[in-house]
Amino acid sequence: MNDAPTKAPNVSLAKLFGVFLYIGATSFGGGVIAYLQEHLVSRQNWLDDDHFLAALEIGQTVPGLISTNVSVIVGNRLRGVAGSIAAVAGMTLPGAIVVFILGLLYARFKSNPEVAAVLSGVGAAAVGLILAVTLQFGWREISKWQDWVILIPAFVLVGISHISLVPVLVVLAPIAIQLNRPDRKELAAYHAQQAAYHAQLAEHHGEVAARHGAADAGAGTPS
Amino acid sequence: MNKLVNLVNVFALLSLLAVGGGTAVLPQMKHDVVVTHRWLGAEQFTDIYSLGQLSPGPNMNMVTVIGYHVSGIAGAILVLLAFYLPSCTLVFAVGKFWDHFEGSPWRDSVQRGMAPITIGLMASGVYAIGRTATINLDHSMRFNATTVAVTLIVTAILLKRHINPALLILAGGAVGWFALRMV
Repeated sequence: MNDAPTKAPNVSLAKLFGVFLYIGATSFGGGVIAYLQEHLVSRQNWLDDDHFLAALEIGQTVPGLISTNVSVIVGNRLRGVAGSIAAVAGMTLPGAIVVFILGLLYARFKSNPEVAAVLSGVGAAAVGLILAVTLQFGWREISKWQDWVILIPAFVLVGISHISLVPVLVVLAPIAIQLNRPDRKELAAYHAQQAAYHAQLAEHHGEVAARHGAADAGAGTPS
Repeated sequence: MNKLVNLVNVFALLSLLAVGGGTAVLPQMKHDVVVTHRWLGAEQFTDIYSLGQLSPGPNMNMVTVIGYHVSGIAGAILVLLAFYLPSCTLVFAVGKFWDHFEGSPWRDSVQRGMAPITIGLMASGVYAIGRTATINLDHSMRFNATTVAVTLIVTAILLKRHINPALLILAGGAVGWFALRMV
């Protein structure tokens, strides 16, 4: 069950913050995940590919930005709660400060036609970027007709009818998970495996208890 | 004061609803900001989203600009905290017991089931921004032809080649400066 996770390396909080600050300041144009992997796995050697992919899997499944989610997991693995806070702060602060300054400039110059023209071009390109990401993700993940039964209502309800995300998720998520439920064989195999594991655990506990009992009995005799 | 409370409520909820990333909550964010609370116009919202694409790090840092616009520095800081703290706390908690479900077929089902929801929501995020940034009937036909071309060309390049998207965003800005000033 536990394949003895490799021990996290010793990293100071300052170093952790510094590396995430660098990633946060240099990762332009989305695709922050690639920057994270490059720095954390290849350059710093703080974790291996498997651990990074595991962090990514959690980061994608739990709500929130994938990049900050991965930062939380990796920061925690390296330095606990303080590590998570340092990682997220480093990741977000540079961009937040830059966009804040851009926002001030925007408030001042938005009526300038040249600024408006540049922003219109940037906006159109940004739509191209998120459209490409959506299509790539779709191509990879959409494989059967049941997926469309979920995808289309999600798009129509949220994108066109502006229904709040809360009811949409509350209704669609259980249906989607049910449509993808594990088949009986998979479940049976998993339960059998779990049962075997627990039986083994119980047997082990029994042995330990017996040994302790014998020791206690032995210790008890002199009095 | 009331505005600050509203800001925190809106963005803390969005934080927990961002299934599969920030794009998924763009439609609701735009609706909350533009229609429900009337903090910004649709065009301003899209401009601020564009500013976010010009800055490094997570592409939703632009929420801080919305906060500043509504309530000054306090708004900027509170929105940032409200947008990041809830989801970060949640993922921290989930990370603790994630390994517990290692090998469970249900974990796989949740991931496979959430994928089409995420994609549907991402598509509505594209639609929410594209409805103002790519197709905007307040502008001339020529303006729309240019923005549609920029969007489609950027999409096509990114699907075909590995290229830093930041370069294409900058190129889009350059095309805008050349082609959209007068129209």
